Amino acid sequence: MQTMISNRLCLAPPLPHRRALSPRLCFSGGLRLHLATPSFVFFESRCVVKVEAVARASSRDCEMATDNGQDPRIAKISSSIRVIPDFPKPGIMFQDITTLLLDTEAFKDTINMFVERYEGKDISVVAGVEARGFIFGPPIALAIGAKFVPMRKPKKLPGKVISEEYSLEYGTDKIEMHVGAVEPGERAIIIDDLIATGGTLAAAIRLLERVGVKIVECACVIELPELKGKDKLGETPLFVLVSSA
Amino acid sequence: MSGNEVNDPRIYGIKTKIRVVPDFPKKGIMFQDITTLLLDPKAFQDTIDLFVERYRDMNISVVAGIEARGFIFGSPIALAIGAKFVPLRKPKKLPGETIFEEYELEYGSDRLEMHVEAVNPGDRALVIDDLIATGGTLCAAMNLLERVGAEVVECACVIELPELKGRERLGGKPLCVLVEYR
Repeated sequence: MQTMISNRLCLAPPLPHRRALSPRLCFSGGLRLHLATPSFVFFESRCVVKVEAVARASSRDCEMATDNGQDPRIAKISSSIRVIPDFPKPGIMFQDITTLLLDTEAFKDTINMFVERYEGKDISVVAGVEARGFIFGPPIALAIGAKFVPMRKPKKLPGKVISEEYSLEYGTDKIEMHVGAVEPGERAIIIDDLIATGGTLAAAIRLLERVGVKIVECACVIELPELKGKDKLGETPLFVLVSSA
Repeated sequence: MSGNEVNDPRIYGIKTKIRVVPDFPKKGIMFQDITTLLLDPKAFQDTIDLFVERYRDMNISVVAGIEARGFIFGSPIALAIGAKFVPLRKPKKLPGETIFEEYELEYGSDRLEMHVEAVNPGDRALVIDDLIATGGTLCAAMNLLERVGAEVVECACVIELPELKGRERLGGKPLCVLVEYR
């Protein structure tokens, strides 16, 4: 796990009730971390989910996207994400990024934050996980001059593929990638809208590593930290814009 | 704008990057694979630029992309022209309130869904997909947008299979493609 331990101090536990907002300052060694100004999302069942906007660098090799303090774009991005309770099944608080895509400024800011982080880092591959990774990955790839490589559910890609299995709550699934899409030695980032348990991203990492690609980082708009997806990523760092407790 | 009508030098580069895979997903089908286009950053950028140049001054407020390959092209176009991006998805993927439109497949039918609140009456919309074959999916997409009061200005695809006459199913709506495959 590459996240510095003190990053955890930035994230307060979920709150059962409203409380005064206060920015949280975290420092770790020479790294400057973003301020997190909590914002609250109320919905029908009257629970409060604290959506804390944190952009965390989790590798010593990565630079921070901004200087001191919270990037002003994060709050807008965070508040444009809609939380839908009990989807796809009861008990799940679904993080819906489609509302972010309707906010042209927030969508642009989201892409820019990733582009600023990854341009000039000799990344030649942006791998996007089907299907919401296909929305964020291509504009990032175009902006940094990298190839876009779709990682798909079984039987969607024509021609020769390699596949990697991963676990679901019940059963397993597979993701596939074209043989020859990437070459040994290439540097890649993997994009998805959200990391939950980390199963899909871990499978994507394994697929790319099998063909000799170095995964520089996994990047997601949203993390659900309680599901500890980061733990499944092994040596690969994770970068997220919004952490939803 | 089609491969025949536009003499843009970028079109040739785009066409040569599309890989044709025979007998996929079943025998007799020559599958037009755009993933090889995506591996060429310049050709991919040119593809997006050609659409952006066409649409940026047309006051488009919505780019609707058809899952999943329509997402790959629609998203960068939406960003570049400052329009909302609206994903049109297979059933049960979109949370919250949706409307659906059914369309026919060779055997059976399928559905396309859209969030009701994503599009407003009076929105000027584009529909984007990687390819138009029979036109069934594009037709369903247009219906969804029109049902909520949007105006579909044009459908745009990278590739057309003209022999399948999909263009004729679009109810007179204009279609813009970059490459034809005969």
